[in-house]
Amino acid sequence: MTPPVTAPLDRQAYRRAKARRSTLVALTSTLIFAAVMFVVVSSAPGWPRVRESFFNLRIGWESLPALLDGLWLNIRVLAVASVLVLIIGLVLALLRSLRGPVWFPVRALTIGYVDFFRGLPLLICLYLVGFGLPGLRLTGMPTSPVVLGTVALVLVYSAFVAEVIRAGIESVHPSQLMAARSLGLNHRRTMRLVVLPQAIRRVTPALLNDFVALQKDCGLISVLGAVDAVRAAQIQSATTYNFTPYVVAGLLFVALAVPSARVADWAARRAAARQGML
Amino acid sequence: MTPAVAPVLSVRGLRKAYHGRVVLGGIDLDVAEHHVVVLIGPSGSGKSTLLRCIDLLEDIDDGQILLDGTDISDPRIDADVARKAMGMVFQSYNLFPHMTALSNVALAPRVVHGMDRGDAEARGRDLLDRVGLAGKSGAYPDTLSGGQQQRVAIARALAYDPRLLLLDEITSALDPELVGDVLELVGELAAAGSTIVMATHEMGFARQVADVVCFLDGGVIVESGPAGQLFSDPKELRTREFLRRVTGAGTSPPGG
Repeated sequence: MTPPVTAPLDRQAYRRAKARRSTLVALTSTLIFAAVMFVVVSSAPGWPRVRESFFNLRIGWESLPALLDGLWLNIRVLAVASVLVLIIGLVLALLRSLRGPVWFPVRALTIGYVDFFRGLPLLICLYLVGFGLPGLRLTGMPTSPVVLGTVALVLVYSAFVAEVIRAGIESVHPSQLMAARSLGLNHRRTMRLVVLPQAIRRVTPALLNDFVALQKDCGLISVLGAVDAVRAAQIQSATTYNFTPYVVAGLLFVALAVPSARVADWAARRAAARQGML
Repeated sequence: MTPAVAPVLSVRGLRKAYHGRVVLGGIDLDVAEHHVVVLIGPSGSGKSTLLRCIDLLEDIDDGQILLDGTDISDPRIDADVARKAMGMVFQSYNLFPHMTALSNVALAPRVVHGMDRGDAEARGRDLLDRVGLAGKSGAYPDTLSGGQQQRVAIARALAYDPRLLLLDEITSALDPELVGDVLELVGELAAAGSTIVMATHEMGFARQVADVVCFLDGGVIVESGPAGQLFSDPKELRTREFLRRVTGAGTSPPGG
């Protein structure tokens, strides 16, 4: 009589005990490992020089205001660029999905655009747009390195985003299109109400991944002379003969990327939960 | 059998081939108002293709499709407009997974037929109530059972009072215990006077609701007639063989 009653309880107690033991083991091993690493690194012969050159707290602290100023510029560039990238990427993807012979030149043009700017190194694009265009001395041509840098980023990234969105559009099953058409929805409404919402939801993780990549590539506008976080670090580093400003600027970019990654996870989970897939 | 009024749907010499393989080899079919026409036949006989051609979801190679006397198969007319008058329900439901049951049902009335959101949703709620899903209006399709999803799909097709309802093997993807509910609903629609063309493998149900049964094989209508006659006294050998196969070897044509 007793085994059927007590067996499940025993099992649960055993599992709880085992889980506690696992936690304890993990904690202890982590502490020991950290201690060993600390001793090994800090007793290494070169460590004082490494610390002085890369982790100088005083220089890091003193360079922080200038770096934050620069980062603020990066964030503004990111905000403008990401909105433009999304809009242009979406338009390119939709143009490429147009059917019918009239649209052949448009389709060919978008394919050419995507192939070109996806293959073109961002640095070359930055030089061509940032130095090449002002060199033409055309009237009305902006000369601000910030504006031109943003244009170059948008040109390259919209090609990537267009391909991501197009993959999303093509991943929507033809039966969904058939259902929409059978209700009398035309091509435009089918795209807007049925295909795109599903496509965008499906590629959100990929889009946020491109967003994080764009976030750090915003630092490349420094090559055009814009005083962003990277340029500010370069200036600070040159005046102090120390690399700590670069480390601090790098950590600032990392700190910026972490929330984006968490937002991506959260967005994916929320979409799944809403549709009852969890 | 010939109705005094013009038929709702009239198919004339419909032909359709995929990459040279003939799927429909000249179909003629008339569907009178308030009639239920049931298409039976083996897999690959062209039932689904015929329904999709009628709904203009496939390009046809030859022939005519007349809806209330208008040739909707004319490539110069706007197919989107023609489809507004027909409702289609698919074997695998094809609900929009990013919309709630109510949004699925209210979409076409709101967007295609210009009803305002409040009216469309009120009508959607009525329809969900009618198909037995009153409490599920806020549910997403993936949280519903197959039978419930299919009933939402039927409500979606009914939402704009189509002249013609096309049902494509709507119970084939359902678990056996869920088939009954969906068929009962179709029976109610038929009794209420809907004009329906349906493809099905449910012979008992076909016999019960059909005004006309068409047996398709190899892309042609081999035989058609009133349900009672076609099931109990099929004229063609192929029809007899098919009925014997689907109703079980050794038994005579189904008793009902």
